Amino acid sequence: MKTVEAPVQTKAAPLDYLLHLADNALVLGQRNAEWCGNGPVLEEDIALANMSLDLIGQARMLYQHAATVAGHGATEDSLAYFRDATEFRNYTLLELPHASSTSERDYATTIVRNFLYSALMLLLWESLQKSKDAQLAAIAGKSFKEVRYHFRHSRDWLVRLGDGTAESHARTQTALEHLMPYTQEYWAPAAIENIASENDQAVDVAVLESNWNDLVNDALQEAGLQRPALGADLPQGKNGQHSEHLAPLLAEMQSLARAHPNALW
Amino acid sequence: MVNTLQQVWDVLEVVPDPEIPVVSIRELGILRDVRHVEDGLEVIITPTYSGCPAMGQIEDDIRAALAQHQLSARITTQLAPAWTTDWMSAAAKTKLRSYGIAPPHTTTPGSDKVIRFAPRHQPADAVACPQCGSTNTTETSHFGATACKALYKCLDCLEPFDYFKPY
Repeated sequence: MKTVEAPVQTKAAPLDYLLHLADNALVLGQRNAEWCGNGPVLEEDIALANMSLDLIGQARMLYQHAATVAGHGATEDSLAYFRDATEFRNYTLLELPHASSTSERDYATTIVRNFLYSALMLLLWESLQKSKDAQLAAIAGKSFKEVRYHFRHSRDWLVRLGDGTAESHARTQTALEHLMPYTQEYWAPAAIENIASENDQAVDVAVLESNWNDLVNDALQEAGLQRPALGADLPQGKNGQHSEHLAPLLAEMQSLARAHPNALW
Repeated sequence: MVNTLQQVWDVLEVVPDPEIPVVSIRELGILRDVRHVEDGLEVIITPTYSGCPAMGQIEDDIRAALAQHQLSARITTQLAPAWTTDWMSAAAKTKLRSYGIAPPHTTTPGSDKVIRFAPRHQPADAVACPQCGSTNTTETSHFGATACKALYKCLDCLEPFDYFKPY
């Protein structure tokens, strides 16, 4: 797909910032696609596949834009398939497996993660529509429309599971305790975000924290879930330091492109 | 020159959407513009959803339709302004309904703002069944056969149907 770059009076955001946004979308899109054919019910199987399609579509637009910033022959494919784990800038939260102590694929883990992430992106995409990087603003305009549906889906299920049976409540509370500490990374200052916000290409993500807390606390209250303590470890995914779970995810996703570089199909 | 542009519009008028072939890409609002550029003609299209897998097919279909009339154009994808279901013509909505897809409601003013609170029992849009017209319908799932559609069921005639979501 050739996408026309937004013209005039625009300055592209720094490459690492665009890659951070793109990697977030791609890694979560890939993770959630693991449910394809394994969904707890058919409707959820289809819903997660559709949301993965949105996320991978957003990733493609962001990689295409990043490729024009990177130059030197970079393409959306080279950025997605030929960078290694240490070059990925996604939040650690998004690369974690769906597993819990009782299940290899735990739907509560999936729903809690999607909720914690879509609540952030609802606010971030809304703000990025005003980016001085006109192409990023255009991508934000589309992504915002989509993330509203992702947020609605995950919030609805968070309440259903939290306010459901003793089993669904316990598993959702456990998932929340496991995943909530990873959201600390959202608010930790990072060079890639600071440089972009100084030039009004990005928003200072710290200003979104209070609205994010409102969205999260409101839903947790309705779901009857307890907001857990955060813990001391600060994840560093957006700085390129990942958990042991990212490399296997990338290995599977990148294997075909690396086995047949430049193949067309 | 003007005639060439009009000819392209006329040719593309009948290019159907690959997933919902009862409506054209022009009626859906995917085809945005046709214009002269330095080296010929340019056709501007815009994606519906970011991950719409039909965009490649739509480009191929445009090229093929033009080639049948000895025309060619560069095809460019433009993201802004972002596609919205509000661009769908009334005629397109009627065609969708007779095809069995409930057409999208107009997007709510202010829905581009973040909804801080989404009450659990917020009523879903009252969507009329495309088969019997009843608004006694219920949402089965936010997501249907494609990202742009939700799955509904009519509680009167009991038929399941797709609802094209406002976007």
